[in-house]
Amino acid sequence: MSDATPTVPKIKLAGVEKHFGTKTVLNGVDLEVAQGESLVIIGGSGTGKSVMLKCILGLLTPDAGEIEIDGRPITRLSTAEREAVNARIGMLFQNAALFDSLSVWENVAFGLIQGKRMKRARAKEIAIRKLADVGLDADVGALSPAELSGGMRKRVGLARAIAGDPEIIFFDEPTTGLDPIMGHIIDELIVHCVRQVGATAISITHDMASARRIADRMAMLYRGEIIWSGPAASIDDSGNAYVDQFVHGAAEGPIRMELRKL
Amino acid sequence: MNPFRPVGHAFLAFLEATGRLFLFAVIGIGHCVRPPLYPRLIGRQMIDIGYYSLPVVGLTTLFAGMVLALQSYTGFARFSAEDAIPSVVVLSITRELSPVLAGLMIAGRIGAAMAAELGTMRVTEQIDALETLSTNPYKYLVAPRLIAGVTMMPLLVLIGDVMGIFGGYVVSVFKLGFNAQTYIVNTWNFVQAMDVVSGLVKAAVFGFLVALMGCYHGYMSRGGAQGVGQATTNAVVSASILILISNYLITEMFFAQ
Ligand SMILES: Nc1ncnc2c1ncn2[C@@H]1O[C@H](COP(=O)(O)OP(=O)(O)O)[C@@H](O)[C@H]1O
Ligand SMILES: [Mg+2]
Repeated sequence: MSDATPTVPKIKLAGVEKHFGTKTVLNGVDLEVAQGESLVIIGGSGTGKSVMLKCILGLLTPDAGEIEIDGRPITRLSTAEREAVNARIGMLFQNAALFDSLSVWENVAFGLIQGKRMKRARAKEIAIRKLADVGLDADVGALSPAELSGGMRKRVGLARAIAGDPEIIFFDEPTTGLDPIMGHIIDELIVHCVRQVGATAISITHDMASARRIADRMAMLYRGEIIWSGPAASIDDSGNAYVDQFVHGAAEGPIRMELRKL
Repeated sequence: MNPFRPVGHAFLAFLEATGRLFLFAVIGIGHCVRPPLYPRLIGRQMIDIGYYSLPVVGLTTLFAGMVLALQSYTGFARFSAEDAIPSVVVLSITRELSPVLAGLMIAGRIGAAMAAELGTMRVTEQIDALETLSTNPYKYLVAPRLIAGVTMMPLLVLIGDVMGIFGGYVVSVFKLGFNAQTYIVNTWNFVQAMDVVSGLVKAAVFGFLVALMGCYHGYMSRGGAQGVGQATTNAVVSASILILISNYLITEMFFAQ
């Protein structure tokens, strides 16, 4: 962060493309996220939201375009450099992706023990504290992920994502599959945790209620491109027919769902 | 429509798959020899492969040795060549049956389990999660399994050797009326270091192949529960075939004149 002036965006995507075979998923994504900002990306299922995050995390390599963090390009890094970059990023996966061979606290402490080479006893202390941050008792730490409910899994995933005090956090559909009340609680935890560690956040969702609670700014992904972005407050008068249709969940409008004719 | 096109496509797909597997193996081996290693994980895999496979391998080779003695007797008795039984048993067990049977059993037991575990981790994004937590999945998942496979299989096969020879002994002495002491002396005099060593070399190679196939198919699996099931089947089938092919090649290397 030393050489990053305030005008350099924390995360920047320029013309990012990703194809699978003949199928184009990302078709030139341009996006900037400022330091400390919470950006929510909305868009229908299968529009490539997860693929975009995976490109930033280096899990997928973009076919074209450039991704920068703090002004440094990160698309073609060596394994060691990649690990160093990822050590500064936390990720909550869509289905939490907890390691089911490890206990809950070992999951939360994983990045500390394996990535940062911390002593187990000390990592466990931090893990228990992070579990408390997301509203889970210390005795949950000894359970196996298979014993947890959906809401608890998301909380553990959240605790794992923030355990290393990352500068950047990604949330992939944090409330999908939860009841509205639990969804609300998770949203508040996300806002709280992001503020607490002072991180820059990108969240993906197609739950508008959740998006309004989390976002400083919103962007909409459609057909592999960002077709609109603006302050969260202006989402209702975006002047964009696609955004309007999505916000109101209307069946009629310019967005055509890619359903195959039966 | 050019009739050679599908053939060409299949051939290219085969080359591509071979290349991918080769690359996977090279990266995996690279992480086995470069620190840091994960002793805790290697230990767990070793216990899984070595300790929990003991009953399966022991029983398989025990009965193989028993049936070998019985069958050789019915054949050899016609030529009054019963004396050859101890040597037939010890040679067949140490050179071929113990490593191959143990290899196939481990392919079914361990190769399938590895493919299912890594495949599930892949489709539930746990492997992606490893990378986001600055942990190399090759080092964390693949290397410990390869190391455990290569080191534990020879141990299993050594125990399989003992069990197989013991099986032959039991049948020969208690059923076919051999003198116990003569049987043991004959076995001991006949067996050569090379017989056992070649079996152990095979075992190490088979252990590597089983772990490699289990990891590779699991790691590359796609598409939910069905993909994991497919990966498991592919791991067992490909490991078994590779075991039989490499068994022939190693035998030729050791014993062809
Ligand atoms: N590894 C992959 N290989 C092939 N296709 C993929 C892969 N990952 C995602 N896709 C395809 O990319 C499209 C976008 O996926 P995704 O980003 O997961 O959608 P979402 O916006 O719902 O998160 C989907 O049609 C999916 O089938
Ligand atoms: Mg998704």
